[in-house]
Amino acid sequence: MTTPIIEIEHLSKCYQIGAHKEPYLSLRDEMVKTGRRISKALSRRVTRSPRQENATDTDFWALKDVSFSVQQGEAIGIIGRNGAGKSTLLKILSQITPPTAGKITMRGRVASLLEVGTGFHPELTGRENIFLNGAILGMRQKEIRRKFDEIVAFSEVGKFIDTPVKRYSSGMYVRLAFAVAAHLEPEILVVDEVLAVGDIQFQRKCLGKMGEVARGGRTVLFVSHNMSAMSELCQKAVLLNAGRVDMMGKMDDVVNKYSMHTAAVSSVDLSTVEHARRPQRYGVLTHFSVYDKAAAPTTSFLMGQPIMARIGVRIHRKMPNAEVAFKISSRLGSAIHYFCSTWEGLRRDLNPGEYLFEIRVPKVMLLPGKYMLGVWLAQERSRTMTDDYVPDVSVIEVIGNDFNGNAADFAGNSISGCEVYAPSAWKIIQEGEA
Amino acid sequence: MEYTITPPKGLLAVNLSELWRFRDLFLMLAWRDISVRYKQTVLGVAWALLQPVATMLIFTFVFNRMANIQSGDGTPYPLFFYTGMIIWQYYSSTLGNAGNSMVSNASLIQKVYFPRLIIPATAATTGLVDLAISSVLLVGLMFWYGVVPHLVGLLLLPVLLAITMLAALGVGLFLAALNIKYRDVRHALPFFIQILMYVTPVIYPARMLDHYPVVKGLMLWLNPIAAVITNARAGLLGQADFDFPALGIAAVMSLAMFIAGLYYFRNTERYFADIA
Repeated sequence: MTTPIIEIEHLSKCYQIGAHKEPYLSLRDEMVKTGRRISKALSRRVTRSPRQENATDTDFWALKDVSFSVQQGEAIGIIGRNGAGKSTLLKILSQITPPTAGKITMRGRVASLLEVGTGFHPELTGRENIFLNGAILGMRQKEIRRKFDEIVAFSEVGKFIDTPVKRYSSGMYVRLAFAVAAHLEPEILVVDEVLAVGDIQFQRKCLGKMGEVARGGRTVLFVSHNMSAMSELCQKAVLLNAGRVDMMGKMDDVVNKYSMHTAAVSSVDLSTVEHARRPQRYGVLTHFSVYDKAAAPTTSFLMGQPIMARIGVRIHRKMPNAEVAFKISSRLGSAIHYFCSTWEGLRRDLNPGEYLFEIRVPKVMLLPGKYMLGVWLAQERSRTMTDDYVPDVSVIEVIGNDFNGNAADFAGNSISGCEVYAPSAWKIIQEGEA
Repeated sequence: MEYTITPPKGLLAVNLSELWRFRDLFLMLAWRDISVRYKQTVLGVAWALLQPVATMLIFTFVFNRMANIQSGDGTPYPLFFYTGMIIWQYYSSTLGNAGNSMVSNASLIQKVYFPRLIIPATAATTGLVDLAISSVLLVGLMFWYGVVPHLVGLLLLPVLLAITMLAALGVGLFLAALNIKYRDVRHALPFFIQILMYVTPVIYPARMLDHYPVVKGLMLWLNPIAAVITNARAGLLGQADFDFPALGIAAVMSLAMFIAGLYYFRNTERYFADIA
């Protein structure tokens, strides 16, 4: 074995959570706190009471003793649930945030792509933004000038190159942004979930370009929730779980192990589920359970039969326009169905207290196979900033069932990637002897 | 190219070779700020001329005609005020822009690595364009009033500019780091700048403070820009009554402010991405 191009040794990252409820401090609060501390210190001197530790300060280890190394030319996928430490790892590798302990040795020029179009300015033209974004991603002016025509061709924005990007359609914007990124030529490329944007055709083009990069002897580290894209691109994967390396090995093996992480349970106490959840402004998810039509707890469902779920929520601050949602995604993590309370007209401002929501989906129209269930609590207009979100609360299995009386062979299809069944009408409208 | 990423320890020095490697990014960001600034305003460059002229007219009316403040050495008040004002404008806008720069570029800081110093440093260059435009007008005013600059004054200009830049960046770097950590800095900043203007001899000559030695002493030591304005007037408006001791103090103080700001910034910047 040769010297690895990336060597990660005992890497840890600690965040202090709960130290202050607001994400950032105000100078005023700090002064008040200092004042209190002084008065406390004085009173302690008077009463001689022992020093009290600040109990609200809790350390959260986003990464704990992570070690692995990557050889030159390898394409490695990093897999894990939300909060497993994937993004933190990429941020440390990209030098955006420093580690708390440990060491990384990099033997090559790194370019990281944690977002497409970082620093794009709406007032500037496509041409100007190519130069700006290229510089931000670490390209030299000369390099950008040399690749300029290629970038424009790849982006397909054509004659709009001298139009301010604020007039671009979102598709054009993303294509241009990705075109710049795709022409980076680092020795090590670090990519985070950027393929989730743009249309399918362009996504394929980008995947192809990234595959080229990986085959061209460059090293790629790739995080995505789109595991089919990842398994197409990477031969090896690292599985992170609660900040630790659970497994490193061949992509297929790691994906298998990952899907086994989520247990098929019909009832989950969410207050104990270990998740790095976002700071919750209004409330938390407390409970989740699934039932069949007879209200019996189960995790297997016959095709065409109803599925019922109950979601418990505890609200600690009045929450306007609350939305509770239930999500079904594929075994590889791509979303298939969202069922949102607000879509069905259940709009409520929730006062502090405990709530139990019940949802009934009249027919499971999924082809036989295993599916992941998720739940979230959000405000209707800000779904991207969920208040609480557990993407993989449980796994269910859908079992083939002759629900329409056609003796259909549904079972074979989920393997080839099809997941949703929808009824269709068929007839032969032309027929003749050969 | 091999490098290691480890937890930061102790005081961090400034990595000059790294800054040099990122010079393209610095130039691009400076160019972005300048071109966006003039693209977004309908009047564009005209605005950069209109603003100082209007300010000059209003301040001359209020402070010279109504409040009867004089330049004290026979210099026409509009010219006297205008000279001080364009230096003050450059200083305060650099300080303010640098102070807000980290927050307004937070999305960049959270997604890409580059020496963070580039961001506030950009603020010091964008103000130069406005300064250049308003200086053209100053030359015009000098012709109008028939004022001839002193040769020493002209030679002194780069020194004055350097002191102004250092002091503005020093305070700006400190505020930028503070601003990321404490969000009320952003609201206090305009107030702070306004107060600062009244303790700077922009609308009045520093000589008027001769009867208040404590105030004058504090201004001399804590506000390098006061000496810069006094000496710029002396040199450019031809009176040649330079105050070199004050300028010496200003040079030392601005350098000290710059170094202090730089080190505070360098030692806070590593956590910017976590708290921004």
